[in-house]
Amino acid sequence: MEPSLASYLALSGILFTIGTVGVIFKRNALGMFMCIELMLNAVNLTFVAFSRYYGDVTGQLFVFMVMSVAAAEAAVGLGIIITFFRNSQSVDVDDASMLRN
Amino acid sequence: MASTALFFLFAGFAIACAISMVYHKNPLYSAISLVGVFVALSCIYITLAAPFIAAVQILIYAGAIMVLVVFVIMLLNLEDDYPLNRLRYLFALGGGLGIVLLAQTLFIFYAVMRAPNVPSDQRMSAGKTLDLGQAMYTQYLLPVEIVGVLLLMAIIGAVILSRRLGQAQLELVVDRELELRHEEKGILN
Repeated sequence: MEPSLASYLALSGILFTIGTVGVIFKRNALGMFMCIELMLNAVNLTFVAFSRYYGDVTGQLFVFMVMSVAAAEAAVGLGIIITFFRNSQSVDVDDASMLRN
Repeated sequence: MASTALFFLFAGFAIACAISMVYHKNPLYSAISLVGVFVALSCIYITLAAPFIAAVQILIYAGAIMVLVVFVIMLLNLEDDYPLNRLRYLFALGGGLGIVLLAQTLFIFYAVMRAPNVPSDQRMSAGKTLDLGQAMYTQYLLPVEIVGVLLLMAIIGAVILSRRLGQAQLELVVDRELELRHEEKGILN
């Protein structure tokens, strides 16, 4: 007997919530970045689960797209974090207030 | 039965690693916990008959992206993250929002639960690499091309972001700085 679709969706929802709460709690830009990766993975899990239960390959293809976007996001996001650190000697998002006044 | 046991084993591991990632203050511990989540999810993909996605998950996420993150942590030599000395109310706010989001997500999933409850056996080959590749390069050719362009843009963006200023631009910046100091002195005198 295989676990039902609902259990996969529940796991995905729990992981997505943990990621969201992490983005709210973390003050560190790198930590927020990792929480966003966790949320992307939670969504990937729903794609693969639906793909399995409907017998359709499209879901797995979109997981592939999401992974490509995550890779692009990693390249650009980490570049921004490094540039920000070079300018302000910190990766705390509260210090990113250069545009405020 | 065995697959249910495996699912709960890896699901528990994934949730534990995710909580540990949010809990730890040190970014390096967070990164290692996140690798644990990726490995657990990859095992779940294998039980969902998606071996290609499982392999790509390990290669791209646990391999490429996390190595990049760990490199950045090493380069920046960060101290621990001391959260919330001025934003303590965010604890309550974030916890409340999290519970609301979780309830809402689970309710939506419950509401759309008309989905089939037994895995489809009509196309058992849905996860095979051959099927995936055929769909990718025939039916979904345009999205794949767009993703290629997106990756090219990401490469160019990363290069431009991490490039140091050239000599001419540096001189411009320094001139502007000197001008500003002059002005400040003029105001002070």
